Amino acid sequence: MELVKPGININFIGAMKWCVIFSVVLTILCVISFIWKGFTYGIDFAGGTLVQIKFKQETSADGIRKVMTGIGISDAIIQPFGVNEVAVRTAESTSDVKGLADRIEEAMNAAYGKGNLQVQRVEVVGPKVGKDLTKKAILAVVFSWIGMLIYIAFRFELRFAVGGIIGVIHDVIVVLGIFSLTGKEFTLTIVAALLTIIGYSIHDTIVVFDRVRENIPKNVKKDLPTVINESINQTLSRTILTSFTVVLVVAVLYAFGGAVINDFAFALLVGVIFGTYSSVFIASPVVLAWEKYWPSRPRRK
Amino acid sequence: MIKSISIRAAITVLVCLAALFYLIPSLTDNLPDFWKKHLPAEKIPLGLDLQGGIHLVLEVDTNKAVEAILSRSAESLKEPLMDEKIRFRYIERTGGSLAAAYEFPDSQSKAAFEKILQDSYPDLEAGPSEIRDGRETVPIRIKEKRGGELKKHAVEQSLETIRNRIDQFGVTEPEIIPEGKDRIVIQLPGIEDTVRAKNLIGKTALLEFKIVDEEHSLEEAVRGNIPEGSQFAYEYRIDRESGRRANNPILLKAKTVMTGSALESAKVAISDRFGEPHVALKFNAQGASDFDRITGENVKKRMAIVLDGAVYSAPVIKERISGGNAQITGSFTMDEAKDLSIVLRAGALPASVTILEERTVGPSLGQDSIDKGTWAAAIGLFAVALFMIVYYKLSGVVANIALILNIILLLGFLAAFRATLTLPGIAGIVLIIGMSVDANVLIFERIREELRAGKTPRAAVETGYGKAFLTILDTNVNALIACLFLFGFGTGPVKGFAMTLSVGIVASLFTAVFVTRIIFDYFIWNRKISKVSV
Repeated sequence: MELVKPGININFIGAMKWCVIFSVVLTILCVISFIWKGFTYGIDFAGGTLVQIKFKQETSADGIRKVMTGIGISDAIIQPFGVNEVAVRTAESTSDVKGLADRIEEAMNAAYGKGNLQVQRVEVVGPKVGKDLTKKAILAVVFSWIGMLIYIAFRFELRFAVGGIIGVIHDVIVVLGIFSLTGKEFTLTIVAALLTIIGYSIHDTIVVFDRVRENIPKNVKKDLPTVINESINQTLSRTILTSFTVVLVVAVLYAFGGAVINDFAFALLVGVIFGTYSSVFIASPVVLAWEKYWPSRPRRK
Repeated sequence: MIKSISIRAAITVLVCLAALFYLIPSLTDNLPDFWKKHLPAEKIPLGLDLQGGIHLVLEVDTNKAVEAILSRSAESLKEPLMDEKIRFRYIERTGGSLAAAYEFPDSQSKAAFEKILQDSYPDLEAGPSEIRDGRETVPIRIKEKRGGELKKHAVEQSLETIRNRIDQFGVTEPEIIPEGKDRIVIQLPGIEDTVRAKNLIGKTALLEFKIVDEEHSLEEAVRGNIPEGSQFAYEYRIDRESGRRANNPILLKAKTVMTGSALESAKVAISDRFGEPHVALKFNAQGASDFDRITGENVKKRMAIVLDGAVYSAPVIKERISGGNAQITGSFTMDEAKDLSIVLRAGALPASVTILEERTVGPSLGQDSIDKGTWAAAIGLFAVALFMIVYYKLSGVVANIALILNIILLLGFLAAFRATLTLPGIAGIVLIIGMSVDANVLIFERIREELRAGKTPRAAVETGYGKAFLTILDTNVNALIACLFLFGFGTGPVKGFAMTLSVGIVASLFTAVFVTRIIFDYFIWNRKISKVSV
């Protein structure tokens, strides 16, 4: 079976201009959203208390909120979490041994009767931890960029490294932007998803660049845009296939993996799609722009 | 590259058998007896998010620990000063970095004091003194370098004490590790009563014996006029009938006459009269003789048993108590008495700890996650495998063999190296299923290209593998770079994800490149096939 016919020659370079404009606008929108709307941080980052409770029968959010108000917590967020299951969240946390989570459990037991509910999960994160974590997350992401930049510059050339990394930064900003816009909770596992996306997107880009590197000496007479366009076409079949299998498993994860990793799978889904897009339409224009301003030596002759 | 197909096949079989060997205990509960006896029988360790349990991050208040040491040593300075007949006044200040100071009437006394300090107190130093009304006040502090060591020691000691308590409580495979400068990470799988576990871990358990101050008026003290040398505390009582907690104020002499460090053992005992549990204490030899002397000196007075600042009981000393036995009564439940005896046996924490982070997962949620994760992995595997066969025909079958071997190797690795499998870890396996076929896609696309260019199957396969290999290597190294930083960043579950992902990537290099090549070479060299089904 062949999805992409051999000898296909789509003019990617021609479409790149529009893609770059699209991506620049998208990136700006995302950054505006960061500033304007910010993120809904999960308790990993914001600190607070989360208690996931499974009830025997249907229980109204209002009723649960009333119980929470009863123990002096008025800011509780009650999220449905599967059938007859809710996650109760508050920004407050206590460092006492008998913490807030235990008090919530006690109050729920008193209101609904012991045995009618089961606490499935408790997460309490002090405000100090969140701050440390934010710093660590940013460092992990930035250092992974630097690590890849060095590796690609070493194995290929600096211009390819810069192109690849800009593509990856683009993907990260877009995924963050979508999380900011949709108000989805930003948690520890989303950082894991981001780093996976970084790994995947650069993986995709390298396959294209590898072909470019191979084709350059073979086509000394052709100019770089043509060589890049040919290389993208030659690897197109592979790009589509691999993205397809990865999207396939991520979609399965999204649909069947359960509520706990739902957002994680969502981030991956968005990231893989944009990662594939950026390795074709964003990484290469950067290399071309670089070529325009700092031509590589063999061509200057 | 090794040329011989049989040697390469042998390597593959060996590696896969080794993986299976470690994996088998995780797949079945009914291992034969000889296996349990002589061979590895451990299952893949599951993270707390999968098997349920509690994860705690504690912070040791190291500053408090150093302050406590400072005020103890500062107080002990009184004795040599008295021996030398130096006139002084001891000033105990609380709060701030300054914990204590001495006041002297003249500089001669001050000089003598500084000599004592230098000769016998290597940890302490005198700060710049202040002169007021002809008197010199000398603050005392811990030397900076020594302070760092003491802090480190406080964390180590806390860790040891907590480990002791948990061991005595009886938790299977607890994990207690230091993190950073002053943090301790504790993982207790399978714990359901989290309040009890936290109580056991977080209690400072500083046991002190103090004499009740009956000379001064309690009413005055309640109003806030606490006489010097005394302190105010609450006696903790639970009313047996109503179950209500009551706090009765009580005035104590500040001096601690004995501490829990003189204990030899602490046991739960049942009192004869009410059948109520209490904790029976036994002092060591030194403690017993001290207790004997102290009770002898204070007959008819009340002695308070204070735990972490709360008075548990304050019985009247009827007569001198020899033999070194005492007991803590309170309205304990059996569990409370048991836990209290554990913390007393394990000793006090050198400083109070606070819980920075707590994550608890109930056992049913864990099982649910395992079921859903396994289900997702199975569907993902089936979908990808089906796609590979439809798209690449027989070569797709070869890729699928590699895919399945990859998962076996990955799980075998986890079992062999006792690497924890978490829920994100399962997600990582699902992801690997989709990502590791990329190597084969790259190779197969290359082979198709070479075949189209008119090469023989043998040449096409050779160039296909040759050219794709460097690409695969470069892409995988980059994916590993991301995993590496993820591993450094993450806590428990995220680390598990980084782990499965990186092991899967490395394993895919072996299965998707090395193993599939053997199959291709076999058919091309030995069977001399004329057409590649790709």
